[in-house]
Amino acid sequence: MSENQEIGHGFKPSGQLQFGIFFQGVNSGTIWKAPESGSQTEFDSFRRLAQTAERGLFAAFFLGEGLRLREHLGRPHALDVAGRPDAQTMLAALAGVTNKIGLVATQNTTYNDPAHLAHRLSSLDLISGGRAAWNVVTTDNAWTGANFRRGGYLDHADRYTHAEAFVETAKRIWDAWDGHAISGSETAPAWQAPGSVRRVRHDGRHYSVDYTPRLPRSAQYRPVLFQAGDSPEGRDFAARQADVIFSAHPAYDGAVAFRRDIVARTVRAGRGANDVKIMPASEFILAATPSEALEKKEWVRSLQIGPEQALAYLEQFWGRELSGYDPDGPLPEIDPVVVETSETRGSGFHGAKARQLADQWRAEAKDKGQSIRQFVSGKTSRVDATFTGSYTDVADTLARYAQTGAVDGFNISPWLVPSGLDEIVNHLVPELQERGVYPTEYAGHTLREHLGLPVPVRSREADDDAAGGLKLELAVGQQQL
Amino acid sequence: MSAGDQARAGFLALELDGDGAHPAAWRAARHAPADLLTGERVRSTVLAAESAGFHVATFSDGPLSPGGGADIGGRLDAVQRAAFAGPLTRSIVLVPEVDTVYTEPFHVATQLASLDYVSGGRAGWLVAAGGTEREGAAVGRDIVDGAALALEAAASVEVSRRLWDSWEDDAVIRDVETGRYLDVDKLHYADFETGEDFPGAGYSVKGPAIIPRPLQGQLPVLAPAGLVATGLAADNSAAGIDAVLISAPSLGQLAAAVDNLRERSEGAVAVIAEIDVVLDARGQSAAERVAQLDAHTPWHSTRARYTGDAAGLVELLADVLAKADGVRLHPAVLDVDLDELSRLVLPELRRRGALAPVVPDATFRELLGLGRPANRYASVGN
Repeated sequence: MSENQEIGHGFKPSGQLQFGIFFQGVNSGTIWKAPESGSQTEFDSFRRLAQTAERGLFAAFFLGEGLRLREHLGRPHALDVAGRPDAQTMLAALAGVTNKIGLVATQNTTYNDPAHLAHRLSSLDLISGGRAAWNVVTTDNAWTGANFRRGGYLDHADRYTHAEAFVETAKRIWDAWDGHAISGSETAPAWQAPGSVRRVRHDGRHYSVDYTPRLPRSAQYRPVLFQAGDSPEGRDFAARQADVIFSAHPAYDGAVAFRRDIVARTVRAGRGANDVKIMPASEFILAATPSEALEKKEWVRSLQIGPEQALAYLEQFWGRELSGYDPDGPLPEIDPVVVETSETRGSGFHGAKARQLADQWRAEAKDKGQSIRQFVSGKTSRVDATFTGSYTDVADTLARYAQTGAVDGFNISPWLVPSGLDEIVNHLVPELQERGVYPTEYAGHTLREHLGLPVPVRSREADDDAAGGLKLELAVGQQQL
Repeated sequence: MSAGDQARAGFLALELDGDGAHPAAWRAARHAPADLLTGERVRSTVLAAESAGFHVATFSDGPLSPGGGADIGGRLDAVQRAAFAGPLTRSIVLVPEVDTVYTEPFHVATQLASLDYVSGGRAGWLVAAGGTEREGAAVGRDIVDGAALALEAAASVEVSRRLWDSWEDDAVIRDVETGRYLDVDKLHYADFETGEDFPGAGYSVKGPAIIPRPLQGQLPVLAPAGLVATGLAADNSAAGIDAVLISAPSLGQLAAAVDNLRERSEGAVAVIAEIDVVLDARGQSAAERVAQLDAHTPWHSTRARYTGDAAGLVELLADVLAKADGVRLHPAVLDVDLDELSRLVLPELRRRGALAPVVPDATFRELLGLGRPANRYASVGN
């Protein structure tokens, strides 16, 4: 309990965990070489994972968004899983074959228009009966922009200011219909009460929006907001705007420290200490006994990082082909051909001083006596994001997170599609339920209810809209001058 | 009608937006007004259309409120309605209307390809191009009109077509031996550019798509005749339109327009006739039903309208289907007219052999008699 007292600001652990599943469409973590791995694009893969997750009372099913196909050394990247459907289209299809599970779409604020995106998310929210969520992400590079009309128009420094203006506009769009705006009867004078819908205007640096929203509130009022940024700006943005943080801190001590930081920022932003939930990304490798689980982990890693993946990983930092090198031998003695590392685009790597990095890595591998494969495997596996062990041991570990409130749950990336949740749902979930730290039924019908989130209060901006268009007209007019 | 004409079997499409084609249809619907904007409503109408034997369901959409005034002011996204219906149905083709002017072509192409995956190859695209000032203002863009509208639409279709081909069919190889998931020689940049003559703000799209080639290879693309006439299909072979929707103010003019387009297109595109329908129902004549609804909001439509009993509609549709490849019906009130269509009209047309068979799991291309198209980039990679 001392741990939770440290969190402070009146934060109260719920004592419960929630699971989400992150179906990864483009990544090196999903095993495709095993015979039991299925299609990454066929609908049945998505259906099976979503329905298994729902059987296991998962709060949410996540999908990423693809805006440009990954590249490696100037060509599409050949080695890892690639190709995925549009998130909201897939989630709308899953809404028809599931009843309770939340449906989370990762959607970018840079290459979408606020009015369109808010409308589509609202639509998903209504068609699913109040189960939609938006995982807000930002991009700023011209390489991604090459697929869009606007191109690469946004500076890195501006991406959060832009994102926040976007999210606030979306919230105003979701606030624009009064509750019960639609008439209750076919004999009413009109389908919706006159004056019950407000026009939303925003005249910003990158976008202007002048739009009369087309959809009412959903059963959960509006889509739940997820956010994953980890920089100080990203954390403050989340503390002001998000309902749930998709965090990068699953290891216990890091999770507690992150919770403490987020609680402090949330309270500073004028919100309640418990208003922002935290669900770190994670991977589970489970078996009946600890030794079987460790064996399984070796097998999973060997399939995630094969010889070609190991070389390709180095190639992106060396900026050249390394196919002549033995993956089971030492790191290349030749130097990178680039000054900055030539990132494998679209996979989240960031540039670094290449020569310096190569020297450092060679020394590190030599020191540890590692081959290329061993070195890369160590670099790429998120050790702290993986829970490996027997069902009972992992359940004990997770129970501690629940009791202290270090996290509110975990976002699980299965390493196998479509059977990747079977053992979690069949074995781990019952163990957690026995310990009283996992729900035994859905809390309600909406995602907001599953997560224990408060219903939003109408935003101040929406009230301003209601108070009078005149003020806005003036503001817009002045900006045009 | 000759015996030869009778052998010709067409398809029937049904427009499922809102509560029906009449603006006041919501007053005659069998549900509370707020229940229109739910998954349950999408489920029940699509399943009713499929059970009735319709071949195609279309979902109208647009960037603004559908009606305004006294009538329905809300609408769920059409791609999502179609996607929601995908796994719930087996045979009916699902065709959302999707804007080509104010939406991002890259997103549109991805959404439609995804719809093809979740429906098992039963997806199509009804191209819309509206260019009003209010539509533009929603996304901070200028008005697009006249010939520019058709060119914007044509560009958007071309971007999608290129992106759908940007993965060859066998680009995902999952080759354990070499560790390659993809054969990158079978992935292609779309490298689309609007060109110097483009009237609006020019743009480019790089590609490849982020989703493998749709199940059908290319989704069938439908466009209203108005858009085609102003440039979208000036050259049918290049414009990439598979079917044209024809409206006319009267049934006589509609028949003439169908004949005219069939002659001009020489079978290069499917011809779909658009008809508004009001049937005698619930002990009321069709004319009385319209009058009642018109008393609330008058029904102005650019389509030819049939008002009368089911037997007369059977005769009319048999005639039109002998000439057109398909007919799209816009019932005045879905909940009422779909019942009558289902009980009295479709069974009789089927008995007469006027309707193409309904084939579970068949693709939209198969319904249109289109083969699976070769990939435009296939020879480049090999």
